[in-house]
Amino acid sequence: MKQRNPEIGKGVDWLLVWLYALLVFIGLLCIFSVEYRSGDSVIQSFLGFKKNYSKQLFYFMACIVLATFILLTDSKLFTATANLSYLIGVLLILATFVVGKEIKGSKSWIPLGFMNLQPVELCKIFASLALAKYLSMQETDFAKPKAQMVAAVLAFSPAALSIMQGETGLALVYFSFLLPMYREGLPPIYLIAGVAMAALLVVSLLFSTKTLLIAFAVLAVLFIYFNRRQVKRNNQLLIATFVIWGFCSLFVGVGIPFTFKHVFKPYQANRIFSMVGVDNPFADKNAVETMSPEEARAKQKKNDQQNYNVKQSKIAIGSGGFFGKGFLKGTQTQGDFVPEQHTDFIFTSVGENFGFIGTTLLILIYLALILRIVVIAERQRSTFSRVYAYCVASIFFFHVTVNVCVTVGLAPVIGITLPLLSYGGSSLLTFTILLFILVKLDADRQMVLR
Amino acid sequence: MLVFAGMFFIIILQLMNLQLFSSKYKIMADDQGKFRKVIYPDRGIVYDRKRRPILQNATIYDLMIIPNKLKGVDTFSLCKILQIDTAQFNKKVVEVIIKNGRSRSSVFDGLLSDEKMAMLNEAMYKFAPGFYLQERPVRSYPYDAGGNILGYLSEVDTNFLKNHKNEGYQTGDYAGKTGMERTYEKVLMGQRGIEYWKRDNKNRLTEKLENGRFDTAAIAGQNMHTSLDIELQMLGEKLMENKLGSIVAINPKTGGIICMVSSPTFKPKFLTGADRKRHIQELLLNPALPLLNRSVGATYSPGSTFKTLQALIGLHEEVITTNTQFSCSGAFYGCGGGHPMRCLDFGTFNLRSAIRVSDNTYFANVMQKVITNPKYPNQDSSLAVWARYMNAFGLGHKLGVDVPSEKRGLIPTPAYYDKIYGKGKWNFCNFRSVSIGQGEVDVTPMQVANEMAYIANKGQYITPHLVDSIEGGDKFNILAQYRQQHSAIDIPDSIFEAVHDGMQGVVDGGTGMAAKVAGINICGKTGTVENYFRGIKQPNHAFFCGFAPRENPQIAIMCVVENSGRFGGTYAAPIVGLLIEKYLKDSITEKPRLDRIEQLSNLNLIPSRIYAALRTQDSLRHVKDSAYLAAKGFIKAMKDTLGMDDEDEKDALDKMKADKETAKKELPARDSSTTKPKVNIEGILPGDKKKPETKDSVKS
Repeated sequence: MKQRNPEIGKGVDWLLVWLYALLVFIGLLCIFSVEYRSGDSVIQSFLGFKKNYSKQLFYFMACIVLATFILLTDSKLFTATANLSYLIGVLLILATFVVGKEIKGSKSWIPLGFMNLQPVELCKIFASLALAKYLSMQETDFAKPKAQMVAAVLAFSPAALSIMQGETGLALVYFSFLLPMYREGLPPIYLIAGVAMAALLVVSLLFSTKTLLIAFAVLAVLFIYFNRRQVKRNNQLLIATFVIWGFCSLFVGVGIPFTFKHVFKPYQANRIFSMVGVDNPFADKNAVETMSPEEARAKQKKNDQQNYNVKQSKIAIGSGGFFGKGFLKGTQTQGDFVPEQHTDFIFTSVGENFGFIGTTLLILIYLALILRIVVIAERQRSTFSRVYAYCVASIFFFHVTVNVCVTVGLAPVIGITLPLLSYGGSSLLTFTILLFILVKLDADRQMVLR
Repeated sequence: MLVFAGMFFIIILQLMNLQLFSSKYKIMADDQGKFRKVIYPDRGIVYDRKRRPILQNATIYDLMIIPNKLKGVDTFSLCKILQIDTAQFNKKVVEVIIKNGRSRSSVFDGLLSDEKMAMLNEAMYKFAPGFYLQERPVRSYPYDAGGNILGYLSEVDTNFLKNHKNEGYQTGDYAGKTGMERTYEKVLMGQRGIEYWKRDNKNRLTEKLENGRFDTAAIAGQNMHTSLDIELQMLGEKLMENKLGSIVAINPKTGGIICMVSSPTFKPKFLTGADRKRHIQELLLNPALPLLNRSVGATYSPGSTFKTLQALIGLHEEVITTNTQFSCSGAFYGCGGGHPMRCLDFGTFNLRSAIRVSDNTYFANVMQKVITNPKYPNQDSSLAVWARYMNAFGLGHKLGVDVPSEKRGLIPTPAYYDKIYGKGKWNFCNFRSVSIGQGEVDVTPMQVANEMAYIANKGQYITPHLVDSIEGGDKFNILAQYRQQHSAIDIPDSIFEAVHDGMQGVVDGGTGMAAKVAGINICGKTGTVENYFRGIKQPNHAFFCGFAPRENPQIAIMCVVENSGRFGGTYAAPIVGLLIEKYLKDSITEKPRLDRIEQLSNLNLIPSRIYAALRTQDSLRHVKDSAYLAAKGFIKAMKDTLGMDDEDEKDALDKMKADKETAKKELPARDSSTTKPKVNIEGILPGDKKKPETKDSVKS
């Protein structure tokens, strides 16, 4: 063993490992602060495996063992088994349709006895590997639509399956694969179009359809008027303007109402509208009336619950102030006011106990982690490693951003975890594997050209 | 890279917004996460003059329930103890859950009676942990007497909270509503303590915030020593049973009130404990007005008791001397023959004998001489002089007694008659009945007792008061006013001696012989007061006032028995006699005197109109609308009289309203005048102002 030890450590990016350990440690502290009540015997409960923090500690130890194993493996294994593991991942997701256990409204869990496993969560790793593998293949020309299509299918099919199980939050994570694809040469038009669509969506939610149709028309006329010289010279500009104008109008006038009425469930629509702070104008009044009272009440309850979560979350964070109330002194945390505080809303305990300083520091630690991964990505000599690193960075980024945005009320409630901080074996395990495969690949970056 | 940094920058901006720039969340967090628990100190104890506690604290218990811990509770035996059935039990549990939620404890059955408490205490192990008993401090009245003096506590209402901002009251608190509990609220209340607790999402208190660093301790209320003699008070209440009226006794040397009876009264115990609400409703709807403290809150014409004061003025103004004689040939003809004021004793009287037999003609002549005194330019100024005397005797203004809802009474002034008759269009003959204490003159029993103290002291009085001293010092400077001598006009002792002579004659061999106590020289004066209710003549009020012993006055006392009929000497004098005996000799032991007590106590002198009103109320109750209107009108009249606001009266009304919701629609909002014609109970108050011109004289 003693002779091998230096080999494990060889080439390992220790900064990344320390950042990882720091975050897990902060996570343990936070879970502890959520659960601890004065008078509890700390040592006993840490060893008792009854409290969440002691379980999380156990998961962490398991993760250390796993990480060691990953570092001991030959990095070629990941490339070799990428497609196979992807297949297994998808099969596991499919398996949940048969043996899935329903937790919090989504049937995406496989009970393992000692813990519940969420394959969609794990599949992030496999999808990253598979995508990296595909993009690194010699014959792949990513400029071609066919390659783009294959990549998209690889990236988004687990998401599609996940949506079918009612687990929307995790499915959204798969959108983060757009970023590595962009790095690998996906035309920026996709991203620009995506951002524009998002902007259009928000605008269309905020203003009434009529106002927008008039505004678009006025904008189009003004654009043509101010660019009349160019337009005279270039017919295509005129056509493009008309096409964009037509698309926008259709999108706002037909697409949005249709989507909200027929595609989204009413509660989803309400959730989205409540985020931008307006009432759902497409709420079908008749539908509510024809709904049985129990159904209506259940939906109303769910909706209220969402609003309650966000309100409590904002109260907890907001009451922290600049310096916070001090570790274990948060009244909101100690009073169990924030639901799901040990998992999706763990950020609130940071906000309340450590205040603005704590939250900002945490955000900066995450930024450091992500930027470090990007730095690592850029120094890779193989496409596989680079794509994989970018996948990891964007998955982290997506998780952190969405989770924190939810807790501070910038995004609708989407149930995804804060990486490495939130309580939960599945989540911690996934991020550990994700990160340590990268560490291993990085450690072996000099070895071969993959 | 830019995308990452940009997004995180936006997040940090929102964090700044939440954590640094909006205080809203801090307030919301404190609202839900912290709890300010008020710790109530013990209220002060009240002692009587012999240091016997007459108002102190006791503990009774509330049965508390925690709905989510109900599993395994022996519901059956609990229902048996509480005397309810399972359906009622379940209904109550549901009510509690709706009100306070499942995990918070709430009152299941409040203010348990002693028996229920005893039974529950034994079987409590069967009901734990879903139920537990919680202590609750209440006021207790060891002698169960003096309800009108001591007063009671009641939940504060919005008005009270508005008027007592920054004094630490909050909804649900109790504060003194009447009597001493009200006047000395500040003293008795003590200082509340505050504890800060952490509260969890189910509204349970978990632990003290920062180990109680911000807490303040509660300071108990101050104890008070009064001049009250609880035994005399109890005897007075006993003697006034089955009568309407009042007794006030004052120590003339200190102004300390020895007893203050208002009848009908109420058992103060009724207003603490289990059936408090029901009792208050009954009291509020009782046409005999048991909650009214007649001693200070009811006004009567003083009747012949007024003559002593007329004599003082006459002598001091030197319009008569002690030897001046007037004769009565059957009536007072000083105002011509139209409506002569009758007198029953024919003959010629001097001052002493005129007081002794209460001769009307004599005092009509005295007042006529005062008003037509050539010393003063006109009747205007001479009446003003007369009124000034009366004010100096403590009449016509509030005395400032330390009991709430005091009335000022009425002493006519020139301005008063100008208003009635027009300026300069009146003379003595318009108000000649005032000379014998009828007509436009009103006094409270307290004022009469005080006037007796004034006569006993030969020209000075100290404002009557209950509290002599406060343990731990008079922090609110309430008692200073009760140390001051009032002697606005300097009248020589010889004048008082003459009046004392006459008053002693009243008891020794005049109209007030029934007050006689062997071995004690009592000075007294009877009064038989004509009165009207809605313009209809009612049986006379019996008055007796006096002081004893003459040589060294220890007690000045006044008794009124409303509508007793007969003369003041008949019913009021013996009551006063017994009380003086009790007070000066400390106890009554002789058999005939004890029999007299029983006899007087059993004597029923409640006027028939009260019974009639009770009957009307009962029959009205069948027609719910009118009952509601009646109750509303009645309570309004009651409220005006008592000068108090009470949440409980709303409850009384709400209860009736619940019987028939529609009643409210027909109610003209807050217009009592329209409800009046329908309501016959509204005005059964003593001292009805609608008096016609007095035509007949009444001899007493």
